[in-house]
Amino acid sequence: MSTLPKPRGPLSEALLAALASGHTDLAHVDPDSPEDAALSLWVLHELSYRGYDAVDDRLEHDPGLVRLRGRLEDDLERRLRECWPGRPAYDEGFAEAFFAWVAADDGPSLARHVQREATADQVVELVQHRSLYTLKEADPFTFALPRLPAPVRAALAELQYDEYGGGRPERLHAHLFAEGMAALGLDATGCGYVDEAPLEVLEQNNAMSLFGLNRRLRGASMGHLAAFEAVSSLPSRQVAQGLDRLGLPAEIRAYYEEHVEADAVHEQVAVRMICEPLIAAEPDLEDDVWFGAWCCLDLEARLARHLLAKWEAA
Amino acid sequence: MSTSPSPDVIVCPGGPLLLRGEHVIADEDGVEHVTERPVSALCRCGKSASRPWCDGTHKVLPEKDRP
Ligand code: FES
Ligand SMILES: [Fe+2]
Ligand SMILES: [Fe+2]
Repeated sequence: MSTLPKPRGPLSEALLAALASGHTDLAHVDPDSPEDAALSLWVLHELSYRGYDAVDDRLEHDPGLVRLRGRLEDDLERRLRECWPGRPAYDEGFAEAFFAWVAADDGPSLARHVQREATADQVVELVQHRSLYTLKEADPFTFALPRLPAPVRAALAELQYDEYGGGRPERLHAHLFAEGMAALGLDATGCGYVDEAPLEVLEQNNAMSLFGLNRRLRGASMGHLAAFEAVSSLPSRQVAQGLDRLGLPAEIRAYYEEHVEADAVHEQVAVRMICEPLIAAEPDLEDDVWFGAWCCLDLEARLARHLLAKWEAA
Repeated sequence: MSTSPSPDVIVCPGGPLLLRGEHVIADEDGVEHVTERPVSALCRCGKSASRPWCDGTHKVLPEKDRP
């Protein structure tokens, strides 16, 4: 169970009051900033993951809150689609085109910063930000599982089985991260670091939930997954090297070391055994596969620019 | 969908060999490595720092050095 965050404006304030009272008509309340909107959507999505101690679980499907969620999701999706440059043209097979497109991405890299020059405080801050997703690593994509054609379902289940520890809870990736957080002296119990999360982190999480929770966006969810896996194994090694350079605990390094090998497998599975057969079975989803993949890289680049600029200024 | 069993060994162009299931791999030096995941990726480019497993290094090799 999560604890509720602090409000960031009139909408999140009204939403927190609605969650406490059960009076959920928020149709006439508007956010006064992107943070206010993003935090509100994050709070609503969390009802579908872990819920809150102090909130009635039935509110997950309360009509007033579902309407607000739809309004905020539509706005996020519209903003993302407006920036999306569109699906790249390609002649080779999908997998080759996808890996080439990822390789051509020249966004700023937090992993390289951690490897070479980050301070221990910056790494701790980054771990806090990552924890919003990583403590529920893989979960947004599991929502898409029953909505996919049979061969794709089998491949996604196989990938997720590895994310969830292959039947061994102590190997669950979210658990490895929680152990790393605890070794750093951080709170890994619920979602202790939402209040610290900048807009970019909230939107990263909101996009993954938007794609996973809405069946019509299953293509975007799988494209996002494939891009996430395809930019993980080499960067995970860079992060592990940075943690080693800083003498940070072995537990947090173990999480990143696991992802060097795991994601070298997952990227192949996600691209060749999930996205490619999904597009073959449902060609209309191809645009969304590329759209979801682009969102993954773009939202990460936005976070990297934000944090690197902030650290540089300090 | 075909009814024949899906492959357990999959060659990824330019990348690793995927192995589904449990296997014991003997490397060039005869050292044995046991698979630990539902699907494992065996390095084919020879440049992985985690051999016998793929670590994604094949992606930064020039085209001609990729398997
Ligand atoms: S095949 Fe991937 S690192 Fe060698
Ligand atoms: Fe993982
Ligand atoms: Fe993964």
